[in-house]
Amino acid sequence: MSEQQVYEPRVVAFLCKWCSSAGSDLAGVSRIQYPANATPITVPCTGAISPMYIMSAFNKGADGVLVSGCHIGDCHYIEGNYLARRKMQLIMELLEFIGVEPNRFRMSWVSAAEGAKFAQVITDFVNDLKPLGPQEKLKKAEHS
Amino acid sequence: MSKKRTGVFVCHCGTNIAATVDVAKVAKEMAGEDTVAFTKEYVYMCSEPGQESVVQAIKDNKLDSVVVTCCSPNLHEKTFRDNATRAGINNFTCEIANIREQCSWVHNDKAKGTEKAIKISRSVVRRVNRNQPLDAIAVNVTRRAMVIGGGVAGIQAALDIANAGVEVVLVEKQATIGGRMLQLSETFPTLDCSQCVLSPKMVEVKRHPKIKLMTYSEVQELTGSVGNFQVKALKKPTFVDPDKCKLCDECTAVCPVVVPNEYELNLTARRAIYIPYAQAIPASFTLDESVCLGLNPIVCGKCKDVCEADAINYDMRPETVTEDVGAIVVATGFDLYGQENMGELGGGKIEDVLDGLQFERLCSASGATKGHILRPSDHTEPKNVVFIQCVGSRDPAKHCAYCSKICCMYTAKHAQLYKHHVPDGRAYVFYIDIRSGGKGYEEFVQRTMEDNDTLYLRGRVSRLYRHNGKVRVLGTDTLSGQNVEIDADMVVLALAMVPSKGTTEIAKVLKIGRDKDGFLAEAHPKLKPVESVTAGIYLAGAAQAPKDIPETVAQAGAAAAKVIALLSQATLSRPPLIARVRRSHCTGCGMCVDACPFIAIRLENGKAVVNEALCEGCGSCSATCLRAAIDVKNVTQLQIYEMIEACLAV
Ligand SMILES: Cc1cc2nc3c(=O)[nH]c(=O)nc-3n(C[C@H](O)[C@H](O)[C@H](O)COP(=O)(O)OP(=O)(O)OC[C@H]3O[C@@H](n4cnc5c(N)ncnc54)[C@H](O)[C@@H]3O)c2cc1C
Ligand code: SF4
Ligand code: SF4
Ligand code: FES
Repeated sequence: MSEQQVYEPRVVAFLCKWCSSAGSDLAGVSRIQYPANATPITVPCTGAISPMYIMSAFNKGADGVLVSGCHIGDCHYIEGNYLARRKMQLIMELLEFIGVEPNRFRMSWVSAAEGAKFAQVITDFVNDLKPLGPQEKLKKAEHS
Repeated sequence: MSKKRTGVFVCHCGTNIAATVDVAKVAKEMAGEDTVAFTKEYVYMCSEPGQESVVQAIKDNKLDSVVVTCCSPNLHEKTFRDNATRAGINNFTCEIANIREQCSWVHNDKAKGTEKAIKISRSVVRRVNRNQPLDAIAVNVTRRAMVIGGGVAGIQAALDIANAGVEVVLVEKQATIGGRMLQLSETFPTLDCSQCVLSPKMVEVKRHPKIKLMTYSEVQELTGSVGNFQVKALKKPTFVDPDKCKLCDECTAVCPVVVPNEYELNLTARRAIYIPYAQAIPASFTLDESVCLGLNPIVCGKCKDVCEADAINYDMRPETVTEDVGAIVVATGFDLYGQENMGELGGGKIEDVLDGLQFERLCSASGATKGHILRPSDHTEPKNVVFIQCVGSRDPAKHCAYCSKICCMYTAKHAQLYKHHVPDGRAYVFYIDIRSGGKGYEEFVQRTMEDNDTLYLRGRVSRLYRHNGKVRVLGTDTLSGQNVEIDADMVVLALAMVPSKGTTEIAKVLKIGRDKDGFLAEAHPKLKPVESVTAGIYLAGAAQAPKDIPETVAQAGAAAAKVIALLSQATLSRPPLIARVRRSHCTGCGMCVDACPFIAIRLENGKAVVNEALCEGCGSCSATCLRAAIDVKNVTQLQIYEMIEACLAV
């Protein structure tokens, strides 16, 4: 992407295998279009997402990071997303503390049946990231 | 670790991928990866020649790892892992990069689609670099099954499984099995009596040596996984010993409590002690604790006094049982969309406006009116009845978007039954379309229209209200373009079928997915219609989608066959993607022990130890460990960091 082009935020989307990844599959099967900015990484559960992954993504130049999993109460591993929710709350606070706009990080609950919602979540997140411009604060020089 | 030799196989999926992703470019970019020794693109990688070429390429190029960039892993992960095995390498060194569902199908800009496909593919190549060969874990199989829900679906599934020699626990929430079918009078398209076909099966369930029947019971908790589930169920007290109850009915005569009878859809009342239907199985009375005056001889105790069989026991207590089973069939059925949701049609407040099941009870010889169709308001025979189809169905703006599939048929049946009971009566049917696909179904509807001179009016009803002791129906006949006004003695609404309340509850307990309308979600809409997304849990009947009895029975049989096939294996293999501790890094802080939802970790000599039988591979431990000392195999922290890097490389 050259700098002259319109700014396109780069997003890493961590999806739990059981709900949100399946939901993204359904968005595909239903051919619902959404922006191509987010690259998905499927993990077993949102509970498996270390806060370090999010910081690492920002370090490596992400403009936004999304974590998406099963609805609260529906986690395939019973309470993984409760753990995740608590950890992600800390991430928000930490980002704010170090001066990164906390809305560069988002968490959503998308079930396997919610293809349209998945597309909407990505669309909204990308739209909300655009006015913030590139994320520079945490980006390490070697990754720019 | 010596450098990997990875093969990357890029599928075009016809034009499904190739139209929005430059597949040649993806292959070229992957060829530039340090560990990639071979790349190939092909029009349909999953076709026979495609699969053969994967096997051949692994052998010819001495590949030790495989990445197939294609559709979702849910579709072909197993296909390509099997090919890895056939080519003589470990199947867990093969991974899928999903560039169809998560990429080509959702983007139309080819440059952007290609860029994203490259990132996805590269991230999976990096992941595979650190994949280790793993062996599936063999687990013993509990040769026992559970069926949840005792409608016709559950009954059929339980009988089929039990007849194959496998023990079955059948759990039903209500005081009797039979479900909705037991409430029906006669059934389309043959008009055979519903109870007459169902009752013998219910008795067979009760007597079957391989079936353990648990009525008035609810599943509360599920643990374990395919082949070895543990199900905790609560058996609610009925306060009547079914073995002693002689069905003499003396108790209901003395019980002072009168409440609406839900089994008769509130058309009649019952006592606190009652039997749902004469054909109930188990054949016993039940004491409804929620309305009884107090289960206490001092307060009332009348029923206990009159029971000569001494069947009533006020001291019965709820009982929790845990059943070990290898597979589960969920058959928890449907409810009707509540009339209260239909404000435009009176919201359930207009007398003599009934739902379809209430009409079934009026027609049924075992119902409150002994098979005479009488208006609830004044017990007179209605001389004209308006049936309205698609109530709450096919209305995405306000109600259910889907077609409930069976209402055209049962409305035609209702019109016929009505004419049989009231030959000089007149039936009107408001419809949008008639959908009568099914063997003998179209002929059945034609018979209703012709032989029984029922007037079919194409159009919606806009309003219902009470007028001079009748129900005034305002609608339009869209074929003639005229407004229609009918003063009906009775109106019957063919309300949408919705997943039962019990279905919603059980989906939460079992953690199985539901679709956008709340029905239980099948694992694949075409190829896995009776499997839930969770291995070992199968679906049957109207809990999965609206369906009639023949379809329900067919699906129940299919689910049973799957259960029998699963349980006929001596051992099952379980994915080995479970946690592993790097002892050198572990400080024994115990954070992971607390994070594990499955109590699979304990500390031993100051180091974390994972119980491989209990670990489900959720990864909560690895996200918690500050020293990266515990990881899920093949989804390690290091792998994720490298995937993140690949996703962000420009
Ligand atoms: C008005 C009307 C007329 C019909 N007429 C016909 C007809 O003529 N011909 C025809 O082929 N079909 C007809 N049908 C359709 C027929 O009723 C269904 O196809 C059939 O009942 C579906 O059976 P099922 O076992 O899937 O569900 P259900 O009959 O709903 O049974 C589900 C059972 O599961 C139990 N349950 C629910 N939740 C739980 C839980 N959490 N734990 C334990 N148990 C639970 C329920 O108590 C119930 O016993 C008609 C339907 C209606 C509404
Ligand atoms: S959290 Fe990490 S360091 Fe602590 S006990 Fe578990 S594995 Fe060991
Ligand atoms: S992956 Fe870790 S937290 Fe999850 S079940 Fe296994 S040991 Fe427990
Ligand atoms: S499996 Fe989806 S959040 Fe845990």
